[in-house]
Amino acid sequence: MVIFDQTNDILLTDDYIKHQYAPILPKKDEWPVVKLSKSRKEFIQQVVASSRERIKSLTGNQLQALREELELTLYRERMRIKQNPWLVDPEDEAVFWSKVKSALLVIGADQQSSENEKKEKYYEVLSSITLRYAEEIASNFKHSHYKMTRSIVTFGFSRLLNTARVKGFKSVFSNQYSLQDKIQIIGETDQLRELASKGTIVMVPTHFSNLDSILIGWTINTLGLPPFIYGAGLNLFNIQIFAYFMNALGAYKVDRRKKNLVYLETLKTYSREAIQFGCHSLFFPGGTRSRNGNIESKLKLGLLSTAIEAQRANFQNGDKEFGKVFIVPVTINYHFVLEAPSLIHDHLNFTGQERYYHESDEFSTSYKISKFLVKFFTKGSDISVSIGKAMDILGNHVDVEGNSRDKQGRAIDCRDYFLSNGKVTVDLQREEEYTKKLGRRIVEEFHKINRVFSSHLVAFTAFRLIKKANKKLDLFSLLRLPEEDIYLSYETFRAATAEVLECIKKLRQEGKLHMAPHLEMPLEEIIRHGLENVGMYHAKRPLIRNEQGHIVTEDISLLYYYHNRLDGYELEKII
Amino acid sequence: MDMNWKKSSKIKPIGVIGIGSFGAAIANLLAEKNDVLVYARDQGVVDAINEHHMVKNRKLEEKIQATSDPEMLCDVCDIMFPMIPSAAFREVMVQFAPFLHPYHFLIHGTKGLSLNLPKGKNLENIHQIKRENICTMSEVILQETVVERIGCLAGPNLAKELLEDQPGATVIASRYDEVISEGQRLLRSDNFQVYGNSDIVGVELSGVLKNIIAIAAGALSGMGLGDNAKGLLVSRGMVEMIYLGNAMGGETKSFLGLAGIGDLVTTCNSTLSRNYTLGFRLARGETLDDIVSNMEEVAEGINTVKLIKLYLESTDTRAPITENLYKVLFENFKVETALQYLMKYPIYTDIDFL
Repeated sequence: MVIFDQTNDILLTDDYIKHQYAPILPKKDEWPVVKLSKSRKEFIQQVVASSRERIKSLTGNQLQALREELELTLYRERMRIKQNPWLVDPEDEAVFWSKVKSALLVIGADQQSSENEKKEKYYEVLSSITLRYAEEIASNFKHSHYKMTRSIVTFGFSRLLNTARVKGFKSVFSNQYSLQDKIQIIGETDQLRELASKGTIVMVPTHFSNLDSILIGWTINTLGLPPFIYGAGLNLFNIQIFAYFMNALGAYKVDRRKKNLVYLETLKTYSREAIQFGCHSLFFPGGTRSRNGNIESKLKLGLLSTAIEAQRANFQNGDKEFGKVFIVPVTINYHFVLEAPSLIHDHLNFTGQERYYHESDEFSTSYKISKFLVKFFTKGSDISVSIGKAMDILGNHVDVEGNSRDKQGRAIDCRDYFLSNGKVTVDLQREEEYTKKLGRRIVEEFHKINRVFSSHLVAFTAFRLIKKANKKLDLFSLLRLPEEDIYLSYETFRAATAEVLECIKKLRQEGKLHMAPHLEMPLEEIIRHGLENVGMYHAKRPLIRNEQGHIVTEDISLLYYYHNRLDGYELEKII
Repeated sequence: MDMNWKKSSKIKPIGVIGIGSFGAAIANLLAEKNDVLVYARDQGVVDAINEHHMVKNRKLEEKIQATSDPEMLCDVCDIMFPMIPSAAFREVMVQFAPFLHPYHFLIHGTKGLSLNLPKGKNLENIHQIKRENICTMSEVILQETVVERIGCLAGPNLAKELLEDQPGATVIASRYDEVISEGQRLLRSDNFQVYGNSDIVGVELSGVLKNIIAIAAGALSGMGLGDNAKGLLVSRGMVEMIYLGNAMGGETKSFLGLAGIGDLVTTCNSTLSRNYTLGFRLARGETLDDIVSNMEEVAEGINTVKLIKLYLESTDTRAPITENLYKVLFENFKVETALQYLMKYPIYTDIDFL
């Protein structure tokens, strides 16, 4: 029995990646994503066939249920086209769905055919719909685009960075600072590289900003990993600059407007088949960007379940090469989230309500994004990406060889989770429970690898103090307080910050979170650093020190947003 | 029958871990359809089963074999039923963990709680007991082993009646449908009905919390009080169970089922129940230590009262019956004083949880 080294399980180091890694698969022909795009046509056929099987089993192969599902899909799609059209929608949509409508009418009115013949006709209609969906979802990975995008990102970013940091005209050509200093990648990077050549990676990052996908794309490239495929909101393809990046990075399209069963099943089938194909994948398991600034605590389990299904299917098909699926949690840590004002506004207005996705944020035009990027690189704000320890599909940690280990370090066989009476069996209810468990494990790991910044600390402390001073108000009344009336004496604030920091250090000792090295500075400096950085580019700053030396806020909702980042650690018990 | 299941037959025996009165009853039920292999720590008990088919004056089916080797049990069985008192449960799971695999199913029948404190903490130096510190047995299994497919048995299952093959029923609860259907297939018989429930924590807590009320019911009878008082206690006890159960993560409807009301009514009226007997003897003036020292098996209720009392101190939930019973058990309160206190307790709403 091999005993697994438990010590590195607890503490992430502060060492970040200071150079670009060599690619693990240097020849692009070997990239699974390239192989996939070469056999795009066959792959889509495969997805259509699998989706059909899936829907067949979900409707119990009953004529009535199948018909109702198709009619419902038709109804919803027609409503969507009427009520919520988007720029990216293809022009022939209305035509396609009227064809579906008349096909359904013909079959419905048919008196001659037997039940089985009718069923077959319905399945044909179903296949035409899933084919259309699969074509829309499928990524359009082009290697030349990928290379191009990669060099634009890397070159552009580092030019900007050096211009800003090293003064003078010639600095445009300086290489004193590299992007790796600005965006720090920490954590289990070696393990990730190792496992990427042993199995299929499913990376699950936290999601705060639309910038995340580009950032993750850059991270993957820096680590020398082949491109990952990932589901990006179709709405992002409305914006040209994103559409370009996304297509280049192997994004497949996810349309959140389409909530019908046929679409969701096609999407899940696509993701599952791609993982089975050996394509490393990326899901933002929170579904959308965190609206309130919390680390995701409830995950969308739909896409996550495809990782588990793919793993089971790989076991069913015998021991395949790259057959093991590894789940890698990642957190992205910011001082500043560009979209924060509109996100928190959304959250407060619509808490708990489902509604059509409404695009209204700062990333709405290419111009605004470029402006942000210039600001980002010319001013100080740092970003860090924490790579967590890889897990199997049940959330057990895996070693460098990719073997799952139980808490005592004993090797366990993942296949055993799918056995009943000695055989790998398909049990969707079982896999649903496994998915929930995996979701809980990912959330746990998010909290452990989350890297606390000075800005999170000051925002948390200040908001808690304001809340404490207004005990009788509920959250919404609190957020409606006029900002002019709120101030904290610096002494109180300082003392409370010290207390919270103490607790954070204790949690860090216990391995329950991670903290940025700048939190080791003297308290005064941490506070200054935090105040400088918290939401630094917002027109209204969430937290500043005014001329009298008091701590005040210009936008309490934003302060609440940044404070939420430290939610879930039971720190609120201190203040 | 030889012990070479691996070679001789494709049908694997069902494992039973621990052979107290309930374990014996379940082993006999299982033996109606399957080979059964029992684990017992004590080699004397193992020999008695293998040679005489007897365990502490209880007759076991001839098909039942025994072993004292955990590794062997885990090797030959895919499905096992841990039937061990809560005080030993964690220790046994730790002992079994190296031999358990994710393909195993564990269905336990223990109606107790287990304390789980962080390293270096004990009841003296910890100031607050949180929910995560008191675990149901399924939570213990999850913490200590890799077994994921876990179930529990709960319901009015007085071991003596089961051993006499009287009609009865049980609830098998699991998050996994396959565990419920396996359990039903194995246990269901002409005289024994098996219901399923997906809220395992709710069902476990029903079985755990009803022991508190059972002690109180015994105490009422011991005082010579009548059926009005019993009715009052059972219904208020039910409300208390639901409040506590909800706070600890169980669903209300599980407490209204066979494992909740069903078990509660049975235990509160039966002299066969250890917890009831404990309460009865307390009210007759015996001390806790005396009673415990001459009971054959532990009354789980004692430990449950202790842990729930600690948990209550860190929450806003009130549980007057449990709090007063704690005083009777551990602070030399008289049963009569506790009863008076309860009669004056200011709650006047009958039902406010539905």
